[in-house]
Amino acid sequence: MSSIKLDIVTAERVVYSGDVDMVIAPGVEGQLGILPHHAPLMALLQAGELVARKGGQDEILAISGGFLEVRPDRVIVLADAAERAEEIDMARAQAARKRAEDRLRDRKAIGLDEATAEAALKRAIARLSVAEKMQQRRKM
Amino acid sequence: MPDIRKVRRRIKSVQNIAKITRAMEMIAASKMRKAQERGLAGRPYSEKIQQVIADLAALNGIGLQHPLLQRREVKKILVVHITPDRGLCGGLNANLNRRLAGFITEQKNPVGIIAVGRKGRDFSARAGLNVSAEFTDIGDHPGFLDTIPVSRIIIEEYSKGAFDMVYISYAHFISTMVQKTAMKQLLPVQPAAIPAGQNVDYIYEPGSEAVLGGLLPRFVETEIYHAILMTIASEQSARMVAMRSATDAAGELIGDLTLLYNKVRQEAITRELLDITGGAAALEG
Repeated sequence: MSSIKLDIVTAERVVYSGDVDMVIAPGVEGQLGILPHHAPLMALLQAGELVARKGGQDEILAISGGFLEVRPDRVIVLADAAERAEEIDMARAQAARKRAEDRLRDRKAIGLDEATAEAALKRAIARLSVAEKMQQRRKM
Repeated sequence: MPDIRKVRRRIKSVQNIAKITRAMEMIAASKMRKAQERGLAGRPYSEKIQQVIADLAALNGIGLQHPLLQRREVKKILVVHITPDRGLCGGLNANLNRRLAGFITEQKNPVGIIAVGRKGRDFSARAGLNVSAEFTDIGDHPGFLDTIPVSRIIIEEYSKGAFDMVYISYAHFISTMVQKTAMKQLLPVQPAAIPAGQNVDYIYEPGSEAVLGGLLPRFVETEIYHAILMTIASEQSARMVAMRSATDAAGELIGDLTLLYNKVRQEAITRELLDITGGAAALEG
């Protein structure tokens, strides 16, 4: 089976770089599964989980929006922020979700628009679920 | 004849200054290295963004309708003036401020300032410039998120039409010894020319305009982030060089003062000996 080179970069650093068999990314219009030889694509991503599959092993990353570019030989993810599962601090992620929920509820009082509050909540949930999956796998 | 105790005190104080400048030099060297590394780590991201914008701009068919690309008749100019918060870094701050002043006098249109860094803000306030926002205490190693408020304001003001052109004034880091002041056009975004034959026919999802609309603000954000990192690297390397020459100068001064100290001491001894022998001779006579 052929593989494809995946690079995940943010403005601050290169988060991931390596050859993978498949990439599953959270596109704004639904999940995108990218296999080698995919047609060139430029897609907007939303906050969620990005899966890099390699030899049956999944590496899961939490990303908070960005872009995905597919070229004939490689996939490049330009993420606003990205974290590998092992980098996520569970307690902090939970606190962030709670905060995001509170703000979504009280958004009128603090003058926040719904879309911003919802996006923040989505980011928090994505990070949390990535971290949880990682923990479950460790227990197995 | 200088007072011997004064000379000794002077040597002590110069030694202390040399200790401080040497420490500052080493701190600046390590901070400079860090800022450089961060700048390099973010390069793939910003290069990619520029390339995709260029790709999109090459697609003439869609006509690129986006506020950040729109060229307007220039009535008001905004300069984002990025400077260090602190001094003691050679001529860097003076050069940056002079460049800004030179730029403003060249313009026929009114110029507004967004000041990032205390030195530039103080200068702008003193010169009576029109400062619409200021950001100080950004620190020596800002994260990408720390710099976003700056970009937000720029994008907001430009989209509102408060300014028709935006420049960034910052210190371009070339090497440890060389930093240049730079004045770069930020908005409207000028898509870079891409070499022919590089174009790939992309599928855009959800659509080319949505992708472009998402990319352009991020382009502004990364440009600002990099200009700030560059200025920090320049500040630290300028400080490193300035502190090194201060340490050297202190060493020279200590040498001169030690020579003077010894001379004065010797003269005092000679004088005392003369007194004693003179006194003895008088007693004998």
